[in-house]
Amino acid sequence: MSSIGSLDSLASTHARPVFSLGGRLKRVQPGLVLAWIIITAVILFALFPQLFTSFNPVQGVPAEKLKAPSLVHILGTDALGRDLFARIVYGAVHSLTGAFVAVTVGLVVGTALGVFAGATGGFVEEAVMRVVDVLLAIPGLLLMLSVIILLGFGTVNAAIAVGITSIAAFARLARSEVVRVRRSEYVEAAFGSGGTFLAVLWRHVLPNSLVSVLAFAALQFGSAILAISTLGFLGYGAPPPTPEWGLLIAEGRKYISTAWWLTTAPGVVVVLTVLSANRISQSLGGRK
Amino acid sequence: MTTPLLSVENLSVAYREGDTTARVTHEVSFSIAPGEVVALVGESGSGKTTTAQAVIGLLPENGRIETGAIRLNGEDISRWSGKRLDAIRGRQISLIPQDPTSSLNPVKTIGAQVGEILRIHGERDRKAIDARVIELLTRVGLSNPELRARQYPHELSGGMKQRVLIAIAIALKPQLIIADEPTSALDVTVQRRILDLIDDLRRENGTAMLLVTHDLGVAADRADRIVVLQGGRIQETGDTRSLLANPRSPYARRLLADAPSLGSNTFRAPPAAGEDAIIVENLVHEFHNDGRKAFRAVDGISFTVRAGTTHAIVGESGSGKTTTVRDIVGFGRPSGGAIRIEGTDIATLKGEALRKFRQTIQLVYQNPFSSLDPRQTVFSIVEEPLINFGEKDAAKRAAKVNALLDRVGLPETLRTRRPRALSGGQRQRVAIARALILDPKVLVLDEAVSALDVTVQAQILKLLDELQRERGLTYLFVSHDLAVVRQISDTVSVLHNGRQVEAGRVEDVFLRPQSDYTRELIDAIPGKRSHAHV
Repeated sequence: MSSIGSLDSLASTHARPVFSLGGRLKRVQPGLVLAWIIITAVILFALFPQLFTSFNPVQGVPAEKLKAPSLVHILGTDALGRDLFARIVYGAVHSLTGAFVAVTVGLVVGTALGVFAGATGGFVEEAVMRVVDVLLAIPGLLLMLSVIILLGFGTVNAAIAVGITSIAAFARLARSEVVRVRRSEYVEAAFGSGGTFLAVLWRHVLPNSLVSVLAFAALQFGSAILAISTLGFLGYGAPPPTPEWGLLIAEGRKYISTAWWLTTAPGVVVVLTVLSANRISQSLGGRK
Repeated sequence: MTTPLLSVENLSVAYREGDTTARVTHEVSFSIAPGEVVALVGESGSGKTTTAQAVIGLLPENGRIETGAIRLNGEDISRWSGKRLDAIRGRQISLIPQDPTSSLNPVKTIGAQVGEILRIHGERDRKAIDARVIELLTRVGLSNPELRARQYPHELSGGMKQRVLIAIAIALKPQLIIADEPTSALDVTVQRRILDLIDDLRRENGTAMLLVTHDLGVAADRADRIVVLQGGRIQETGDTRSLLANPRSPYARRLLADAPSLGSNTFRAPPAAGEDAIIVENLVHEFHNDGRKAFRAVDGISFTVRAGTTHAIVGESGSGKTTTVRDIVGFGRPSGGAIRIEGTDIATLKGEALRKFRQTIQLVYQNPFSSLDPRQTVFSIVEEPLINFGEKDAAKRAAKVNALLDRVGLPETLRTRRPRALSGGQRQRVAIARALILDPKVLVLDEAVSALDVTVQAQILKLLDELQRERGLTYLFVSHDLAVVRQISDTVSVLHNGRQVEAGRVEDVFLRPQSDYTRELIDAIPGKRSHAHV
């Protein structure tokens, strides 16, 4: 760190500015820009769906059923004559809020458990982490389905199920970070200058250990969208006629030989959103 | 005049960082005659290591030689490819690296690693290689060389590893050895033995050496000529004796004045009588490794420190000095004995009482980077102890923090910065300010100046001295560097393997050491030999 710092200061005094504009442009990564554009578009879909389409996502026009993509219906229509693009746009809100709830559940519960375990240490840490290990040992999809069966079907319950599955990963990451920071000299020095346990935890341990946890949350956002779509596809998520993305793919499956766009379009949207979320979280994690 | 073995002419090296390049050495020129020892002396960032790396063609990937030539026996090798350089590396120029702990391959035996250089340079007979390896290991003074050849690096101590690296460096009897801080990571007594060994081997084979060091004392003892570098520029070149006796450049003069090992032989005036601030009686600290016999890291240490004076604890790694200090500041629990700080037995304190007591005794760490929270600003680092002890008024806190930061010499512009943006000396000033903001009676300095360059070290020592006089502070000064101890302490305890081998006034211990170990430590201080000349 310090050597880079000193090089920087040297550079500012001695260096010749060579193509600095070109260098600036080279540093902008096109993939990252694209990822931000896609995520922004999806967020706008969720906030103001009426701006992007004038079609009704739930009420269909029977005469228009199973139309291939055209200038009127840019992604075609489904078996009930509903515009697919409108359904995708209106579905964004379900996928996004679902993912948001899922990540929040995982982040809050998992981080709290991990920080608690890492900060207390000893027997408590052992106990908490073994429970987390058990959670980690159950296959994710099985755990999600079991939770939904316990809680009942629905968008929010599906999101909570996805969130519970990610608790273990958050807890492990948070604990390892807390343990690393807790051993550092500045934490000992903080105790040495009279800090109480809670004050040191709040002022030094948390801010220094949460950077990677937050980057991981962004990564989880992508996985959560995928998991919620999976549950929707299996019929454990939102009930029809909600235009949830997973459900769209499931409904389109019946017509895959005649109307390929019904599965392809929502599938591509899910893939793009997940990839964009991953790319953005990668850039957040790498920056530090 | 004969042609020099190595001549570096107008060497400028630059590092590329992103789109910018920064020159780190500016037209450095010097030469080494066959069999001569030339020391490159400078502080961190002076370009000494870069120069040495350029000579052997091992610059980091973003480094580039911009101008100049490096002539070995008259032939310019500065533009040679790595492949072409391989032929002379090891055979004509060899390197003794800085850090013995990270310079050996952990998954290969010592014998294989020493044998490798023979194999690379064309020896195929396995028996001959084995025999030569044993011979080399014997030559560098390793006991039981047959066993060592079969061992792995983690089974050897730091000094032994450095001997192995020297064996590799001398294997092919090169004309020039580049030694980059060969002993900086080692204890003083080990350092001296290693430097003696290099000297002997060098003389035997008539090898020349380029010695890179930050320690003017080491250079004074070992080099024929000294090249002083600062900020990538040569400040002064000269024959060792005349340079030390009569430095011409202001920088060399300052370096010489600040080097504790070359400083004057005066001791501090004896302090006025006062109360005892620290009393340590028969301190014992045992570590229990599950199942095995308890390990006694500290075994019966006793000393008292009068208020307003400085007591030094001296010892090499493993002597128990860090354990002692951690017990004294209340981070460790002693297994036996008593520690009284200002009349309070710290080992009996717990929880809130211990927290309150921390206002009396404060610790300054060796590494000023890892002991400061990277996310806090300088101001909030120093302010935090006041918040911990319930100072509610923010204006009062700010006044106190700013007054103290003024006192330790940190300009106002730095106070909103984070530790990353400060130099090592500035960071240590912040750490000192944080320790002093609570007005403690006792300040424990755990190798607090060891990581700093000599001129910065001298400034911090001067600051500590002034603060002690102003505030009547009692210092417990932990160090492996006897030269610094002589300069700053009133009394001293010498620790060896957890036992106290000597204690008393600094003057008595230095001039009339009672134990062999203390005598060995004092003799090992670099810069002694030249002192005899000057």
